[in-house]
Amino acid sequence: MTTAEVVGPEGAAPPDEHREGRGGILGFWDQLTSDIRQGNLGIVPIILGQIFIVVFFSFKATNFFTAINFSNIIIQMAGTTMLAFGVVFVLLLGEIDLSIGFVAGIGALIVAELQLPGTGWQVNGLIAMLIAVAACALIGVVQGSIVAFVGVPSFVVTLAGYLIWQGVILSKLQVRGTIIIQDRWINYTASYYFSHFAGYLIAAAVTAVYPVSRLVGWLRQRQANVSGESIRSIALKSAGIGLAAFGVVAICNHGVVQGTPFGLPLAGLLILIFLVVLTFLAKRTLFGRHVYAVGGNAEAARRAGINVPRIRVLVFGISGATAAVGGIILAANVNSVALTFPPSTLLLNSIAAAVIGGVSLFGGRGEVRGALIGSLVIATVSNGLDTAGYSTGTIYIVTGLILLLAVTLDTVSRRLQVRAGR
Amino acid sequence: MTDTTPLLELRNITKTFGSVQALTDVDFEVRPGEVMALVGDNGAGKSTLIKCIAGTHMADSGQVFFEGKEVTIHGPRDAGRLGIEVVYQDLALCDNLDVVQNMYLGREAARYAVLNEPTMEQHTTETLAGLRVTTIKSIRQPVATLSGGQRQSVAVARAVMWNSKLVILDEPTAALGVAQTEQVLELVRRLGEQGLGVVIISHNLHDVFETANRITVLRLGRNVGVFEREKTTQQEVVEAITAGQPTKVSGIPATQVVA
Ligand SMILES: Nc1ncnc2c1ncn2[C@@H]1O[C@H](COP(=O)(O)OP(=O)(O)OP(=O)(O)O)[C@@H](O)[C@H]1O
Ligand SMILES: [Mg+2]
Repeated sequence: MTTAEVVGPEGAAPPDEHREGRGGILGFWDQLTSDIRQGNLGIVPIILGQIFIVVFFSFKATNFFTAINFSNIIIQMAGTTMLAFGVVFVLLLGEIDLSIGFVAGIGALIVAELQLPGTGWQVNGLIAMLIAVAACALIGVVQGSIVAFVGVPSFVVTLAGYLIWQGVILSKLQVRGTIIIQDRWINYTASYYFSHFAGYLIAAAVTAVYPVSRLVGWLRQRQANVSGESIRSIALKSAGIGLAAFGVVAICNHGVVQGTPFGLPLAGLLILIFLVVLTFLAKRTLFGRHVYAVGGNAEAARRAGINVPRIRVLVFGISGATAAVGGIILAANVNSVALTFPPSTLLLNSIAAAVIGGVSLFGGRGEVRGALIGSLVIATVSNGLDTAGYSTGTIYIVTGLILLLAVTLDTVSRRLQVRAGR
Repeated sequence: MTDTTPLLELRNITKTFGSVQALTDVDFEVRPGEVMALVGDNGAGKSTLIKCIAGTHMADSGQVFFEGKEVTIHGPRDAGRLGIEVVYQDLALCDNLDVVQNMYLGREAARYAVLNEPTMEQHTTETLAGLRVTTIKSIRQPVATLSGGQRQSVAVARAVMWNSKLVILDEPTAALGVAQTEQVLELVRRLGEQGLGVVIISHNLHDVFETANRITVLRLGRNVGVFEREKTTQQEVVEAITAGQPTKVSGIPATQVVA
């Protein structure tokens, strides 16, 4: 590849951009095998791993492969997933945010305080949640500003945040004890289930939105005369998404506990909404492009006129906001904020989720969906081990081993990729 | 050629860093459609002079004229507005981004902050085709997977895509092999043919004589001569680089023969 690179003096032919290949399943297979040869494994191993985990625990624990446990896993993972979404942006910059666990705690504490009857506040739950998210975004912005403008490493700034926000939570709750959350809006984030009909309606909407949005993009590409994604591949992906959406809803709708039918949890829809919005932000907006640029080469981004400090500050703001959302869902799941909140595993699990999902710790590489995939793996494993009767210790050990395995695979595949590329 | 007003003209540029006198009364000019080489030993002040043009440094004193008008360049944005683009030695590409994304880095086509990929892809294809950069297989591959010459081509193409009038290249072939060097030199010549002013810094006199119309030599932060490629030899330029005497002239004649 490196030898014959003299510019063809006569050749005005535009570079051919996208390999014309076989379509459909065969095309997908071609792409997959060529990716694997180049060491570009992507999310394939992690999906295979997830399938293995599910099959394994289905045999190991009788209560695992049930419809109700399926929605349990969705609710259990929702909080961590929200934090992990924020972690993706921070890692894309090549930074770290160690404060998110306790910032999530602060978010939960704020809603708990604000909704408390008889304190003079007693704000509507929806407004309380908005205030909490805004406040935590502000915390992120302040921490990010210290990183971006003063130049203190993010590790140190957010380590300080870790201590400070933990301290705030402790000193608040030591006096108060546990605060019970009674507001239904707040509790709904972890305990509302859609009716069966509403669930299918949501699945139908999801199925319709994707192909429509892709077709608009396809038409624009046609107009600009650039070859983009083929209609066939769009159709294939749409079918996959439709299948997944209806599948998830169908399983959730099968859940019954003591005669009461359950359905798609609201938490599942929240995950989906954040996934779509944040993916759009990362991949289709100026801001997202600049995040990748700063993470890839901050000096190049600066020279290209990108306001690097502004990007850093905003990303830490996002990190704070998603932490608050996650914290609220986690608190709603137990209807309270206690001294033991947030769970000690929250911070590391959310970072591990992003990393397992293929987000590089060195910046510039990774996708928002990686956070979802990673936390799905972590939640499934811990739920499965728990259902099968293993101790918390075992859960930690296995989670650690999976993290190690995922990162090792990624590192090895990257090395192969570099070799194939140059 | 001699009657055109210079595209860029510097007069009496002086720049000090603390006690280091990096540039002393340096004159420099580039004409449209001309490849001007800037040569000199390590520490001669080449990069410093470039940074004064690019707006990274402000000269302590001296004048800058662009297309005959006196200008002050306070930062890279000012330089960009005038149509001056610099391709730095360390490229300044983002390895994780693809060719299109790098070409548009910091100047993405967007409406309401939402990226317009088809437009960017189309213009990138056109620009690369116009410069006859044909070896890049896919403009959607990350630049990390490109060879050194291809990366340099992307960096140069990015510089010329913005209706730039003057492109400055700091050691564009320093890290390249023979074939790739040839590829980049070809590209540099083509920029000149398209009517742009080009400044090329290089330690490799072979590259300089392959591309440049004229050669400005700096030594210890001072002018020691401007040579026309046609009328000089590598020997003469080497002597100027290593032992040239300061020649202070005003108005810079087209050619000045070093005694
Ligand atoms: N930021 C700076 N601070 C202090 N001194 C500097 C700075 N930049 C350059 N200098 C000094 O100015 C002089 C000219 O440096 P410059 O980098 O312009 O040389 P050059 O011709 O580009 O050399 P090279 O061929 O090694 O790149 C040197 O003595 C250098 O030490
Ligand atoms: Mg230099």
